[in-house]
Amino acid sequence: MIQNLPFLPVLLPMLAGVLLLMPPFGSKKVSRRISSVVLSITSFIASVFLLLVVQAEGTQVYAIGDWSAPFGIVLVADPLSTLLVCLTTLLGVVCALYACAGDDEKGSFFHPLIHFLILGVNGAFLTGDAFNLFVFFEVLLIASYALLMHGGDKKNTQAALHYVILNLVGSAVFLIALGILYGVLGTLNMADMAQKVAVLQGDDVYLAKIGGLLLLVVFALKGALLPLHLWLPNTYATAMPIVAALFAIMTKVGVYSMMRVYTLVFGDEAGELSHMAQSWLWWLAIATVAMGAVGVLASQDLRKLVANLVIVSVGALVALVAVQTVEASSAAIYYLVHSTLVTAALFILADLIGRQRGKVADRITAGPAVHQPRLLGICFLIAAIAVIGMPPLSGFIGKVWMLKATLNTEYSIVFWLFYLLASLAILFSVAKAGSTVFWHHQDKITENLKQERVHPVQLISLIILISAAPLMTIFAGPLSEYTIGAATQLHDFNHNIKIILTGGQ
Amino acid sequence: MELLYASCVGLLASCGVFLILRSRTFTVVLGLTMLSYAVNLFLFSSGRISLNQAAVLGASSEYADPLPQAFVLTAIVIGFAMTAFVVILAIRGRTDLGNDHVDGKYPEKNNVKNKKVKI
Repeated sequence: MIQNLPFLPVLLPMLAGVLLLMPPFGSKKVSRRISSVVLSITSFIASVFLLLVVQAEGTQVYAIGDWSAPFGIVLVADPLSTLLVCLTTLLGVVCALYACAGDDEKGSFFHPLIHFLILGVNGAFLTGDAFNLFVFFEVLLIASYALLMHGGDKKNTQAALHYVILNLVGSAVFLIALGILYGVLGTLNMADMAQKVAVLQGDDVYLAKIGGLLLLVVFALKGALLPLHLWLPNTYATAMPIVAALFAIMTKVGVYSMMRVYTLVFGDEAGELSHMAQSWLWWLAIATVAMGAVGVLASQDLRKLVANLVIVSVGALVALVAVQTVEASSAAIYYLVHSTLVTAALFILADLIGRQRGKVADRITAGPAVHQPRLLGICFLIAAIAVIGMPPLSGFIGKVWMLKATLNTEYSIVFWLFYLLASLAILFSVAKAGSTVFWHHQDKITENLKQERVHPVQLISLIILISAAPLMTIFAGPLSEYTIGAATQLHDFNHNIKIILTGGQ
Repeated sequence: MELLYASCVGLLASCGVFLILRSRTFTVVLGLTMLSYAVNLFLFSSGRISLNQAAVLGASSEYADPLPQAFVLTAIVIGFAMTAFVVILAIRGRTDLGNDHVDGKYPEKNNVKNKKVKI
C-alpha cells in the first residue's frame, strides 16, 4: 500500500471523474454534489497522508508498471511536489463545495471536469518524465477548456477561442522541444537528462540549448510570462469565478515546471548549459511585474483586477526562480502557496460581491449597496491585506522574504524598484476598489433589487481560503522550515539524480 | 532522404504558421492541423531515420528506436482530440458571435471590405 502512495493523487481524481459520469453517482443532482465533495476530500486526505509519509521517510519514487527509471515513467513525490499536490487538492475541495450552491448546474459535467483538471495538475507536479509532463499538461488543458466554457456567454466563447488556439500552438512547440531534446540526449527522464546534458559536446550543445529555450517558451505561455501573458486577463475574467479560482493553480504549473527544468536539468551541473535561461527569466519577470501592475491600475472590474494580480505574482515567482539559490526557491515556494490561495479567495469574493450588486455586478463603480457588507467587507479586507503584502498577514512575510532572497543578485535594484512600485500600485487599486464597492452606494437602486444572500457552502469555502492568510502567518515557522527543506532538496543535484534513478532506495 | 524529410517538415510547419496567423477560425484550424502534422513527423525523426528496420531488440543487428514511435502515437491521439475540440469551438464561435473572425468581430477599418466577403 505505502509504496503505491505517490500514485494516489493521480489515481483518485481520475476514479472520481469517471465515477461521477456513471449512474449511481452522477444521475441525480444531490448525489452528484455529495459524491463530488466526498471524493475531493478523499483526494485531499490522500495527498496529506502522502505529505506526512514524505516528511517522515523522505522522497518517494513510484515506477509506473514497475519499469524502473530511466526506461519507464516515474512519479517523484518530493517535499516540493507533495506540498503543491496538497494545495491543488485543497483547492479542489473548495471548488467542489462552492459550486454546490448552484454554479455546477449552469452547464453539464462540472464535477467530473474539476476532478479531471486536478488529475492533470497533480500529475504535472508529480511526474519525473518530460514527455509524461506533456501528457499531463494536455489532460489539464482539455479539462480547463471545457471548464472555461462552462455556463459561458459570448464574451466567454471569444476568450476561450484565443485560449485554446494559443495552447494548441504551445503544445506543438512543447513537442518540438521534446523531439530536439530526445534526439540529442536520448532520454526524457529528467534526472537522466540532467546527467546527459553535462557531457554534451560540439553542436549538440546548441541543439540542446534550442530545445531548452523552446521549453521556456511553453512554460512562459502556461505561466503567463510577458510577452505571452495577454490571454490571461480575458480568460480569467470571463470564466466563471469559481473556475477562475481553480485556474489560480494552473499558472503555477508553468512556474513549477520552470523551477524543475531550469534547476535540475539546466542547473548548476549542466556544464556549458548551466543557468542558460537565467538572464531571460530575470528580465522577463521584471517586465511581467511591471505590465501586471499597469493592468492592475487599469482594471475596471474586480475579476480583471484579480486576474492582473495573478500576473504580478507570476512575475515575482519567476524572478525568484531565476535567482536559483536555495533561499530564493524557498521564498518562491512560500509565496506560491500564499498567492494561489489568496487569488482564489479574491475570485470567489468578486463573485459574491457581484451577485449582491444587481446589474452593476463586480464593476468598480458606485452601485447598489452590498447586502451583507460586514461579512464580505471583513473578508475583502483580510484578502486585500494579504494580497498587497502589508503586515501582519502572509503576503508581508512572503514579500520580505522575496526581497531578502534577491538582495545579493546582480541588478537586484531593478527588481526591487519595479516590485515595490507594483506593490504600491496594487495597494492603491485594491484600496480604491474596496472603498468604491463597499462605501459608494446609490441608495435608490438598492430598494427594488432582488438580492442573493451568501449560501452556507459558499461561506464555508470562502472561510477555508481566507483563513489561509492568518494561518500561514501563525504557522510561518514550521511552514518556512518545510519550504527551506523542499528547496534544499530541489537544489541538491546528486541526491535528486540518485534517488530518481535508483527508485528511492 | 534526410533532405526530403526535412523539407517536408519545414514546408508543413511554415504553411501551418502562415495559416495560424490568418484571421478566420477555419484557416486557423487548418493551420493547427498542418502544424501538428509537422510536429508529429519531426518527433518521429528524433529517433533518427532508418529504413527497413524493426523496432524490436534482437530481431536484427540494427534496430529502429521504438520510443519516438510511442511518442508520436501519443501525440497523434492527443492532437486529434484537441483538433476535434477546436473545430467544435470554432463552430460555436461562429454561432455565438455571428462571424468567424478569431476576435469575434472584424476590425473597424476594414468593416466594409470584409462584409462583402462574408457569407
